[in-house]
Amino acid sequence: MKFTHLFITNLTFLLSLLFISGCGPRKSGVEQAAEAGILLLGNHAEPQSLDPQVATGVPENHVITSIMEGLIAYHPSDDTAIEPGLAERFETNEAGDVYTFYLQPNGKWSNGDPITAHDFIYSYQRMLDPNLAAQYVTMLFVVRNAKEYHESLSVEDPNHTPISWDEVGFKAIDDKTLEISLIAPMPYFPLMLKHYSWFPVHPPTIEAHGGKTSRNGRWFQLGNHVGSGPFRLKSWVTNQVLEVERNPEYWDADTVKLNGIRFFPIESTDTENRLFESDGLHKTHDIQLSKIQEYQQNLPEKVRTDPYLGSYFYRINVSRGDALADKRVRRALLLSIDRERITENVLRGGQIPAYHYVPMGISGYTSKTYFEYDPEEAKRLLAEAGYPNGEGFPVFDILYNTFEQHKIIAETIQQMWKTSLGIEVGIHNQEWKVYLDAQSSLDYDISRAGWIGDYVDPYTFLEMFTTGNGNNDTGWSSARYDELIATAPMAGTDEKRYAMLQEAEDLLMDELPILPIYIYTRPYLIHPTLKNWNPKLMDNRNMKYIWLEPSGE
Amino acid sequence: MLKFTLIRLLQAIPVLIVIITLTFFMLRLAPGGPFSAERKIPEHILAALNEHYGLNDPLPVQYWNYMVKICPKKLNIPALMKFDLKEGLGSDLGPSTRYEGRTVNELIAESFPVSFQLGMFAILLALLIGIPAGTVAALNKNTLLDYFPMSMAMAGICLPSFVLGPIFALVFGLWLEWFPVIGWRSIGSFHWMDDIPYRVLPIVTLGLYYAAGMARLTRGGMLEVLNQDYIRTARAKGLSTFIVTTKHALRAGLMPVISYLGPVMAGVLSGSFIIETIFQIPGLGRHFINAALNRDYTLVLGTVLFYAVLIIILNLIVDIVIVLMNPKLKFN
Repeated sequence: MKFTHLFITNLTFLLSLLFISGCGPRKSGVEQAAEAGILLLGNHAEPQSLDPQVATGVPENHVITSIMEGLIAYHPSDDTAIEPGLAERFETNEAGDVYTFYLQPNGKWSNGDPITAHDFIYSYQRMLDPNLAAQYVTMLFVVRNAKEYHESLSVEDPNHTPISWDEVGFKAIDDKTLEISLIAPMPYFPLMLKHYSWFPVHPPTIEAHGGKTSRNGRWFQLGNHVGSGPFRLKSWVTNQVLEVERNPEYWDADTVKLNGIRFFPIESTDTENRLFESDGLHKTHDIQLSKIQEYQQNLPEKVRTDPYLGSYFYRINVSRGDALADKRVRRALLLSIDRERITENVLRGGQIPAYHYVPMGISGYTSKTYFEYDPEEAKRLLAEAGYPNGEGFPVFDILYNTFEQHKIIAETIQQMWKTSLGIEVGIHNQEWKVYLDAQSSLDYDISRAGWIGDYVDPYTFLEMFTTGNGNNDTGWSSARYDELIATAPMAGTDEKRYAMLQEAEDLLMDELPILPIYIYTRPYLIHPTLKNWNPKLMDNRNMKYIWLEPSGE
Repeated sequence: MLKFTLIRLLQAIPVLIVIITLTFFMLRLAPGGPFSAERKIPEHILAALNEHYGLNDPLPVQYWNYMVKICPKKLNIPALMKFDLKEGLGSDLGPSTRYEGRTVNELIAESFPVSFQLGMFAILLALLIGIPAGTVAALNKNTLLDYFPMSMAMAGICLPSFVLGPIFALVFGLWLEWFPVIGWRSIGSFHWMDDIPYRVLPIVTLGLYYAAGMARLTRGGMLEVLNQDYIRTARAKGLSTFIVTTKHALRAGLMPVISYLGPVMAGVLSGSFIIETIFQIPGLGRHFINAALNRDYTLVLGTVLFYAVLIIILNLIVDIVIVLMNPKLKFN
């Protein structure tokens, strides 16, 4: 650290205070950056990891997909489209359960090494090794014997012989041909490959920094990282900025339009919005709830609310054998929430009132309207359950994690239940980790929850409510539901599979261990120089198709 | 003085052990863990993760291992000047459970200089504004020159930085466009001159809050001193008001301010969380708070330990300065 420099920097600053009036206006940062082809992006939080086999979050996703790539890549606007990535093309066998991928002939790592099928094998073997403790390991369980391999390595019995890697459905036919055998025909398999857990890593780099199952995270630090995406790591300062630049070795480098991207990990929405207003960002991650209306009036061309694959709902603890275990009570609670009032008067960010659980927009799957706002029917049901006008109804609490928006929603619902049903519920907030703990140990009555899909499919929403699933957290269980969820992936065709999942949602919406409230949107601010940023259900971007057009002001 | 310093440093050791022990066990009492998340991690993966970070061992074993790892084993002053505790003291604060691939030592070494500069320049600014304002007010007791700075100071104390910060950013950043709305470094430029405008708003916001307190303390201290006999004597000798004030009165009148500096430095260095969040500054204050929320055990312990040492040293310096400035006091 150059202390003299730092000292002079700050001393000069103090002097400059005396000459405040001398400071002139700055040039518009977004315009300058647009001319230089550098995208300034609000990325919400500091990435926890850039290891595709280990990372889990949304900010991580945005960075990883710009510096790494999978067999199939994201399309600029269509989530169901197959966009070539590291695989030039693929074919399936007649049964539809074996996929053969032909890799890009000039596919190279950012250090110039060719990308081979063996690199993929190495990466998948790495992910399936329990010692890596990859959280998304279950994503790979659609591959033949992947689950068995992973589990056999987890067994601690010394007499146990683990399953050989040769029996797992990954095979390198030659340097540029990769074969993947699945547990059943899965037409949606290529879409799954867009998720970063399927991205390959560069084996020599991994080996040079701790080895295959090391989680020391050294390999993806600045100066060490070797990637396969349209961009490569340029600079990285914790809690300040992560910058990527064009990767000249990328197989499709000619298509890449931007010269670089700066990801700003700004957690405070207020700060982020202010930076946008001062022309410091091309796009924000979010808009402050209290400012949405103001922006919609003053900057309508810069405000967008894209649909998002996420559901906001209340969990109900049905395990206690009390009033909440009565289906009629749950239905009464469900019918007496005026969802439109919540989305229009409280949230105001274009959120959609939810009359189903799985968000709409998944092509091939219908989002039925399972119920309507009906306080009269709610009253009748509650009376039928033995609580006419709410008399004798036990006291319950709504639990939520400390956050302004959840609080306002809980208060609104508390009021609605009081007016329509005559019942008193309390509201109760807890700090995030305490709330998670209370929810998973079923130490709550009614609890606020949200779920964002991992991929564009109803399965990612419905799977969690099977018996004993770690994310069920309601105590609800249904044998038929479990059966549907277990067999749906092997249904063979999308029609059959969707029909089974639809039946599962019918069951869930009849039994009501959860009360859907609204479907998420993504409100954000966007500068007009940013082009080809299309609404996408999961906000997954292929950054090579994004460009900036300076307005010439 | 040497003896005094040594005794105080020796006393600090049990204090630090108590702080670390309490923090260590209280952290584990808090519900949730570093890996609890909305999307739950499969049971056996969680076990493997805990194994990796040594969280499967019995708590006393974990405690012992941690204490052994952080115990200073060597002394390398140049490395210590760069806040590199591993090279400087041989203390390994462990890996962060949240930021994979980064150790607590690295996170502290990277972010503390930022918080330190922010804090020290804020205090310097507070002193530059607070002491003259308080002195002027005391010299002109119950006149406009007293009421004006003191009412400003009252307003300054009442306005918390989470109110003042956004207001400054709005007025001087967005409307007047004098300074950038977020702070610290100019990105994409490596010339240190470019960083200066980025530092103005955060330092001023943090500094003004403490300037207010210092002005009030200076005024109080000065009022008491100005009535003393030796001041009357100095005046009687025919010395000018300026000399009487700067040479005789301030030395004693500043005592309350200097005692206040110890806790202020602690507050400024650890409590700059709000300023660092508002202005997006990559400092240690943010790690300090966020680590607790994320249950990043090692990062919480590391920052607590680091701050504890810092506060002990700063308080010691303040105590020494007070004795040096006040002839009535002795080092024992």
